[in-house]
Amino acid sequence: MRAPTSILPLRLDEVSFAAGGRTIVDRVSLVLEAGPRTIILGPNGAGKSVLMRLCHGLLAPTSGRIEWAAAERPGERRRQAMVFQRPVMLRRSAIANVEYALGLAGVAGRERERQAEAALESVGLAHLADRSARVLSGGEQQRLALARAWALRPEVLFLDEPTASLDPGASAEVERIIEAIRAAGTKIVMCTHNLGQARRLGDEILFLHQGRVVERAPAARFFTLPATAEAGAFIQGELPWT
Amino acid sequence: METILDALGDAGRLVAGLDPKLVEIVALSLRVSLSAVVLATALALPLGAAIAVAKFRGRQAVIVILNALMGLPPVVVGLLVYLLLSRAGPLGAMGLLFTPTAMVIAQTILILPIIAALTRQAVDDAWREYQEQLRSLGAGEGSAALTLVWDIRFSLLTAVLAGFGRAAAEVGAVMIVGGNIDGVTRVMTTAIALETSKGDLPLALGLGVILVTLVLALNAAAYTLKEAAQRRYG
Amino acid sequence: MDLRRRIVLATARAVLSLPLAVLSLPLAVLSLPLAGQERFITVASTTSTEQSGLFGHILPIFEQQTGIKVRVVALGTGQALDMARRGDADVVFVHDPAAEKKFVDEGFGIAHRQVMYNDFVVVGPKTDPAKVAGGKDVLEALKKIEAAKAPFVSRGDKSGTHAAELRYWKSAGIDIDAKKGPWYRETGSGMGPALNTASSMNAYILTDRGTWLSFKNRGDLAILVEGDQKLFNQYGIMLVNPTKHAHVKRDLGEAFVRWIVSPAGQGTIAGYKVGGEQLFFPNAAGG
Repeated sequence: MRAPTSILPLRLDEVSFAAGGRTIVDRVSLVLEAGPRTIILGPNGAGKSVLMRLCHGLLAPTSGRIEWAAAERPGERRRQAMVFQRPVMLRRSAIANVEYALGLAGVAGRERERQAEAALESVGLAHLADRSARVLSGGEQQRLALARAWALRPEVLFLDEPTASLDPGASAEVERIIEAIRAAGTKIVMCTHNLGQARRLGDEILFLHQGRVVERAPAARFFTLPATAEAGAFIQGELPWT
Repeated sequence: METILDALGDAGRLVAGLDPKLVEIVALSLRVSLSAVVLATALALPLGAAIAVAKFRGRQAVIVILNALMGLPPVVVGLLVYLLLSRAGPLGAMGLLFTPTAMVIAQTILILPIIAALTRQAVDDAWREYQEQLRSLGAGEGSAALTLVWDIRFSLLTAVLAGFGRAAAEVGAVMIVGGNIDGVTRVMTTAIALETSKGDLPLALGLGVILVTLVLALNAAAYTLKEAAQRRYG
Repeated sequence: MDLRRRIVLATARAVLSLPLAVLSLPLAVLSLPLAGQERFITVASTTSTEQSGLFGHILPIFEQQTGIKVRVVALGTGQALDMARRGDADVVFVHDPAAEKKFVDEGFGIAHRQVMYNDFVVVGPKTDPAKVAGGKDVLEALKKIEAAKAPFVSRGDKSGTHAAELRYWKSAGIDIDAKKGPWYRETGSGMGPALNTASSMNAYILTDRGTWLSFKNRGDLAILVEGDQKLFNQYGIMLVNPTKHAHVKRDLGEAFVRWIVSPAGQGTIAGYKVGGEQLFFPNAAGG
């Protein structure tokens, strides 16, 4: 049986997204390769969330093309996953939520149970497996969302400001898990407006400003020697909220 | 005031004595309205969920019409069903007129829009919350809708209850298609209408008290269930 | 495919989450017409025969003697005849000889028989603003009521009672359509609701004695005019013509008609009393 080809690299070609008369993403062209942890950085309203949703397929671009290396067919197991700023859980137990996702991916029976248990174990939630997911704390739910996404063994994991609603302790936990997922071989694409987090977790930075990719650079260089004025202003904390 | 006190007295006497006629009428009322609720829910739940989730041309118009149909006058529904089931009508050969089945059919038609419209609203609201996550996980539209409906099942109980309330309270439809036949198609509301027209107001009011108490009890039970579920599942 | 199975399971779970007992109800209810081993006929009749309690008295006796159940749908005479024209009844039992004759002439009814009579009375407020109390002539009474423009409630529903009322106005020389004003209230309802309205409005009203005797919400109303020969109210029964409507239960319907006009049936009718008073007077032998 032939191993499935990777869905990376992802190509965006002059992709724009407009809604309500406003252009939110403006002619973005880029290629996302396997490997480096990509952080999409930018002020609020720069279009980071929309860009990620376009890549993940939740939104369709109003113009331009988005192309994965291997096409995703509906009904097939997804090879990318996304974790949102606020986790959305079904009214079931924690483990049942993970099993639901595995079910959609075509995993059945004993195997599904086993993989779900393993996923919870890896994020430290095994002791809450039977607790109703929606009564867990914010941090616990976000870890559960990560467990659910990781259980699918995605090639790419999109994260939309995953710690924006969490306290520092929970945020640190989440960052540890993201690192573990990356170490296991998943490409991380994360957006954040938190400079410290970008510095900690990023290999390359995509800096977004008013819907355009203004600068793209390896993280070390971006933070010490930003090439553009906007990037410089943002790092200094001087960029106005757009 | 006197009449109302007499009514409470009559109600008490009938219930305490377990008057067999009363038991028969109450049992039939419950059978007809609960059957209508079950049937209407089976049809309305998928319909409301589908309208909420699917995108199609004219969706807004469909929603407006569905909401408007919540206000279908029972007597009009009764008239339409009567014309359908009458021997002179298209379905006359089935011989369903003046039977409890006809009453169930009429009430099902009456409450279907209510349950569907309220389901549509609930699913629409929940869809906004769930849809990105479910689609991200790879759920197709149909499967996502089903999952959603099951997840908000306790909120949907409210929609079902609204349907039951309407069915149990109406008299226009069941009077026309049932004929208020003693021992066959007489339910609480038609019995109340009859006793009122005979001038026996205390008895009519007494029956009314029993009817309201029953509906209240059902609502209380459903509320308790919802609260328990809320505590358990969040 | 596992997903499809999950959808089926989810739907099954959703359906089963309703109490199974509730689920079995539609099956129980819907099987009723199939359990039509029961021998029954549908009789279209008037509100006066039902609300006076007559049917409650005579039908159990008929059922006991023949094993045939009688399902009565009580409407006004006009509605009852219309229902029979559509074929929704097997037997018609009303009190409007003119309308009944028309029904038979149109070919919808056969085997017409006279059954019984009762009388109409004019009921009104004890204060009697039109001064009709004690009178023995209904036409005189109506003339006085119209002259005084005293509140009068009419059924206005094409019933036998309504038809009679219109005949009296005509005989009294009053064109009621022209003369009616705010004093003349048409309720479009059965005898009971009309009496309720008259009672709360303290109005005059024409009613059959049977309904009046068993009516409980009299307020300030009392019988003011009675005994006029013209107030005689004849009831008739007929079978709906099976050649017009093939499904009519001819044998069972004929059994009912035969019983009603037989000594047994007539005796049962005569035996029905409210407060010691006989309501309906059998006269089948006459016609």
